[in-house]
Amino acid sequence: MEDMLFYDRLQFAFTITFHYIFPQLTMGLSLLIVFFKWRYLRNSNEQYNNAAKFLMKIFAINFTMGVVTGIPMEFQFGTNWAKFSELTGGIIGQTLAMEGMFSFFLESSFLALFIFGEKLMGQKLHLLTGFLVFLGSWASGWFILATNAWMQHPVGYEILENGKFVLQNFSALFSNPWLLPAFLHNQLASVVTSSFVVASIGAFYVLRNKQVEYGKLFLKVGVTFGLVSSLLVAFPTGDWNAKNVAKHQPAAFAAMEGIFETEEAGAEIVLIGQPNMVEKKLDNKIAVPNILSFLTHQDWNKQIPGMDQFKKEELPDNIPALYYSYHIMVGLGTIFIGVMALALFFLWRKKLFTLKPLLWVIMFLVPFPYIANLTGWYVAELGRQPYLVYGLLKTSDGISPTVSSGNTLFTLLGFVALYMLLGLLFLVLVGKTINVGPKPQTH
Amino acid sequence: MEVFWYIMIAIVLAVFFILDGYDFGAGIIHLFFAKKEKDKVVIAKSAGLFWDSNEVWLVAGGGMLFMAFPTFYASVFSGFYLPLIIVLWLIIFRAIGLEFRNQFKYQMWKDIWDTSFGVSSLLLALFFGIALGNIVRGVNLGGVENGISAHEGHYFFLPLWDSSFSPLSETPGIIDWFTIIIGVISVITLAIHGANWVVLKTNSSINQKLKSVVFKLNIVLAILTVFSLFVWQIVNPNSLNNFIDKPYLIVFPIIYFIGLVGLFFIKKLKRDIHAFWLSTLLIVGGITSSLASLFPVILPSINDTHESLTIYNTSAPEYGLSVALTWGVIGVILLVIYAIVQKRLLGGKVDKMDYGH
Repeated sequence: MEDMLFYDRLQFAFTITFHYIFPQLTMGLSLLIVFFKWRYLRNSNEQYNNAAKFLMKIFAINFTMGVVTGIPMEFQFGTNWAKFSELTGGIIGQTLAMEGMFSFFLESSFLALFIFGEKLMGQKLHLLTGFLVFLGSWASGWFILATNAWMQHPVGYEILENGKFVLQNFSALFSNPWLLPAFLHNQLASVVTSSFVVASIGAFYVLRNKQVEYGKLFLKVGVTFGLVSSLLVAFPTGDWNAKNVAKHQPAAFAAMEGIFETEEAGAEIVLIGQPNMVEKKLDNKIAVPNILSFLTHQDWNKQIPGMDQFKKEELPDNIPALYYSYHIMVGLGTIFIGVMALALFFLWRKKLFTLKPLLWVIMFLVPFPYIANLTGWYVAELGRQPYLVYGLLKTSDGISPTVSSGNTLFTLLGFVALYMLLGLLFLVLVGKTINVGPKPQTH
Repeated sequence: MEVFWYIMIAIVLAVFFILDGYDFGAGIIHLFFAKKEKDKVVIAKSAGLFWDSNEVWLVAGGGMLFMAFPTFYASVFSGFYLPLIIVLWLIIFRAIGLEFRNQFKYQMWKDIWDTSFGVSSLLLALFFGIALGNIVRGVNLGGVENGISAHEGHYFFLPLWDSSFSPLSETPGIIDWFTIIIGVISVITLAIHGANWVVLKTNSSINQKLKSVVFKLNIVLAILTVFSLFVWQIVNPNSLNNFIDKPYLIVFPIIYFIGLVGLFFIKKLKRDIHAFWLSTLLIVGGITSSLASLFPVILPSINDTHESLTIYNTSAPEYGLSVALTWGVIGVILLVIYAIVQKRLLGGKVDKMDYGH
């Protein structure tokens, strides 16, 4: 039983981690593509159109990877989490089915039209197809997060005697107080990732001294979008989410922030420190007093419950992982704001394109928004533990009763091997696309 | 309400098999008949332009099944755990075969992805048929052995095969001689459908040859169909009852036979699209006849301890189903509109169209 739960969780964690590399780029990138295409219609500069089409090539590779790694996610609800599906399918089935019908379809249909149809439909319609791809990908995020929001903060349900969750109020699924902040935070974070990717490609072109004109354009747009989105991710959306967690999942909040003991006169904010689970304290702590109370409640001395206030079985089951994920996310977010602000400053002073050290930093920073996004997702998921549906359905009660751990281990290994192959192919293809670059297309 | 959703899901899944069916079929054709590079490219293209928007119907159908019949979804997906995960891997191999084939010009690269596309299409067609065979045959619900139940009534787990390899065994596996027959029928049907599609969408030099291939495959299919009707009776003796009780259901097998008979005239058909419509009838008729023979059962139980799964004992409650009705109808209409718009805009032969991003 322990084994089964462990392998099921590991498999879900692994497959969703790999999957989430792709949509986080496509969601943000679709916005930038629409931006380039829209600029082209305004200024008729071919360069903008080529930039949009070039980015759409990268989008398409990511989209394919997102689709093929996304179908296993839908399947796994049934294969590995059958009990969870049976009990909650009447509710989360709604949002998941809507995702498939309304957003995924929009995205994939109009992606094909955007890629193959420019000559057929003229520029305005081409922009429209790009916009619909954007709309589809953001709607996807909306429905997936509506599903997740319900698991984090269940609303509009009733529980029958046999344990089944029954939908009572459909509109509650979308007016869930958890949903909007999580959605905005997540979408803006995906804009961060795509801005960093675009800026990084730009830095690469400028440093390599090829495709320099495109390089400068990508840097300009990437850095601008990067700074704005990084700021918005931190404030107001990040702050709003943290307050939500403090309000609805106080045990998770204490673990995230690393508060082992409740302080009478307001909580400090921990900048650095390692959770010591034996002695129930933080080692090597650097903290600023009272800030956390202020950030959370706008009151310097307001009490925030620490982990000592909760029963052991209410606390997340992996406190260090949750704590580190949260601190990595916040730390990286702060670094992003710093680097992008610096880059924008030099862009404004017209020195960015010759400032090689900063360009190198921008180029090599590209994995970190991915890490920040993934750790952000872990914060949400680890924070919800030990529940699948917060406070109502334990994770251990959601797994498939008939699938043995050996089967799950076998399929997990299969996914690992297959995804390694996919990852390699992906890098080769994206590398090749970037290397060829946005040349004017003539056919 | 349950009946409505059952019909909706059946329609969405049938559309999936019609649409994605042709690109599975194109893969099978590709594997056996595409020898020249030019043919390989256009066949891959005839599937590659459309597969992802076709696959959406699977995702939509899966989502609707999850929403409307959660108990069925949970039971079947965990019960057929291994084959479903293998299907996932095959879907991935097929997709990357199609998408990445033309990214590099090396012959070896292309050969790898052509094989990947062809073999996984073939195996998927086989697995889908085997899945249908399993649903017709029924499973040992609740994992009953000697009258003792190991799980709740609607949970089970099937091994890939059982040592007897027989559908009549007490604990049949996923693969037995009956499900293999249905699997082969599925492969041949989709190969015919795919060949018709390739003929319709390309000016490939093998088009004439494909027409005679369809004719020959159709003979095999006719023989197998007649044969399967006999074994079907052995495996699921109740399967005729529904047709006797509700004679109007006979329309579904008739649809199948119109397709089957019609395809013998493939060489005399005036337009290529007619052949494509006939193989569409084969698919629609085949799926609906199988479902109609079971209705309202969706997964028969082969033991006496647990009752079969029906649309009534696996569905979500009334309120959820009726709310979903509103968006579900809008959704399906949108799916149809998108599909028509897209197929219109990318209509005609694919030979000259750009392919590969």
